[in-house]
Amino acid sequence: MRYLGLRLLQSVFVLLGVSLLSFVFVELAPGNFFDEIRLNPRISSSTVTNLRKQYGMDQPLPARYFRWLESAAKGELGFSFAYNAPVGPLLWARARNTLLLTGSATLLAWLIALPLGILSAARPRGWINQASELFTTALLAVPDLLLALGLLFLAVHFHWFHAGGMFSRESAEQGSWVLSKDLAAHMVLPVTVLVLGSLPILLRHTRAAMLEVLDSPYVRASRALGISRGRILFRHALPAAINPLVSLFGFSLGSLLSASLLTEVVMSWPGLGPLLLEAVLARDIYVVIGAVLFSTLLLVFGTLLADVLLFAADPRIRTEGLA
Amino acid sequence: MKQKYGMTILLICLGLLHLAVFAAGFLSPYDVAEQDRELPFAPPTRIHFVDARGALHLRPSVCLLVEDSAQFGAYHEDTQKCFPIRFFVDGPQYKLGAVLACTRHLFGVDPPARLFLMGTDGYGRDLFSRFLHGGQISLAAGLLATLLSLGIGVLLGTASGFFGGWLDAVVMRFGELFIALPWLYLLFALRAFLPLNINPSQAFLLLIAVIGSVGWARPARLIRGVVLSGKERHYVLAARSFGGSPLYLVRRHILPQTYSIILTQAVLLIPQYILAEVTLSFLGLGVGEPEPSWGNMLASVQQYHVLVSYWWMLLPGIALVPVFLGYVLLANTLQARAT
Repeated sequence: MRYLGLRLLQSVFVLLGVSLLSFVFVELAPGNFFDEIRLNPRISSSTVTNLRKQYGMDQPLPARYFRWLESAAKGELGFSFAYNAPVGPLLWARARNTLLLTGSATLLAWLIALPLGILSAARPRGWINQASELFTTALLAVPDLLLALGLLFLAVHFHWFHAGGMFSRESAEQGSWVLSKDLAAHMVLPVTVLVLGSLPILLRHTRAAMLEVLDSPYVRASRALGISRGRILFRHALPAAINPLVSLFGFSLGSLLSASLLTEVVMSWPGLGPLLLEAVLARDIYVVIGAVLFSTLLLVFGTLLADVLLFAADPRIRTEGLA
Repeated sequence: MKQKYGMTILLICLGLLHLAVFAAGFLSPYDVAEQDRELPFAPPTRIHFVDARGALHLRPSVCLLVEDSAQFGAYHEDTQKCFPIRFFVDGPQYKLGAVLACTRHLFGVDPPARLFLMGTDGYGRDLFSRFLHGGQISLAAGLLATLLSLGIGVLLGTASGFFGGWLDAVVMRFGELFIALPWLYLLFALRAFLPLNINPSQAFLLLIAVIGSVGWARPARLIRGVVLSGKERHYVLAARSFGGSPLYLVRRHILPQTYSIILTQAVLLIPQYILAEVTLSFLGLGVGEPEPSWGNMLASVQQYHVLVSYWWMLLPGIALVPVFLGYVLLANTLQARAT
């Protein structure tokens, strides 16, 4: 428990560090939102000055940072210039969609990777291993961007699924059952891209972890004792191999979020990705900082979750914690 | 033995790919900016070995492409007017390696016929020529950004490993911030704080700086680990006791221990960074038109009708796969060797 508390404290420091770093970068960077609107001939320079004052952009960096911290404590995370609204609610609405996408993709990817990885490790010379090896190498060579574009092309060409967006226009007024069916149909493509994108790494690590354990003396001993193959694999080897996989779960969230950002933009899924891209193009810095912080928060939460899972899954760590 | 053989083949293939991109001017029949307003979104040109009368020729030929009068934006071949493909022809001037001015091209076809191996984009520009030239930007960005990342990584990694203490603590905590963030979000954030409307060469340098400064933390951590154990080796301790200066110790005895890690990291980072450039340019945050790059060539596919009607616009993306496959296989072999 003390360990967990320490990790929690560390996460808070990471978040603070990231936010501070972002502010320093903003300060150092040339140009801002107001420079962009100053290009508009219909907006006078006194309006721009007033706007700057209104948003508190004329104050020095530390003052702005503390103001931002204050608003972050209220869950507002600053104020968006382009949307003229607090960033927090704006982000939350989009982040829910991103979470829906990444959550289902993570679940599905692990559901595929675990059994496939275990089976390939169980029979290193079997066809499953050979096929999955080929499959992972091929997938590693296809970038997520191409995967998304290619799938989108196929889907549009053959009228497979709903390509792009989150809901169809027709289903908006109908019941929740129709609505969720529509949502599921729209999720197929982006989730497929994310699963295919994250599968190779998961599969490789599962296989490697299992192979290492299966090579150990106690597995050979249990085989000599006549314990059945399935029982060795799932009762003896898997719990021992799960440790690196749980850590991988925490780390893989980062690359999944990156892949999700790109997929959302390509498939016009209303998640954090399009919001962040718009904010970057409009130089809406508080939205950018907010989105980056949100992604960090998700990642930090993921690693924390992995730590808790590790604590539950691995008796070696549990006893270490007690001592 | 077998693995060594495979490695050689792999290196040769990758080398040829890079050479092809380097010699883009020679291999591509047209200039990257040359527009054919008569032929926007022309499909890849068909190459014929059999002419209209059914006779077989060893020299391939292409037929003149004519716009359909019945359907807007569609083309058909005029099989009566065919032109042979010629090799080592004179064409538009280009600079080989940015220095040597040449006009000789590997292949070409006499006007009015046109040879578009990968079709044309909306301005009637040859996608094949643009792909090869775009590779110069994307590959160079990937390689230079890797160099920058590894440079920072080696510098900070060895310094924090060798000197330890507060320097080590500061560098590693700072690095954790970079590792804690999803890379694309970090890239976006860094890009967000930098000017948007800049010319392609500035954008190129900016991109290298941004991409290179995002990924230094992981190599730095790995190198720090090697340096930490490496500086306790007996021969290093002996050299130190003979009065070797820190710089000498690091350069002569400690850095050579990190070479294999640096090499593996480079092979892992290069495709990642090429992809980073492709992604940023695809989203309009990188190198912009009219300069071609692998990313901005795909940008037009973001429009639905382009994606649906003109499948060859995806070809520049598909042509990336061999490059990535080469690097992935190389990384696999290197890692298999290390263990």
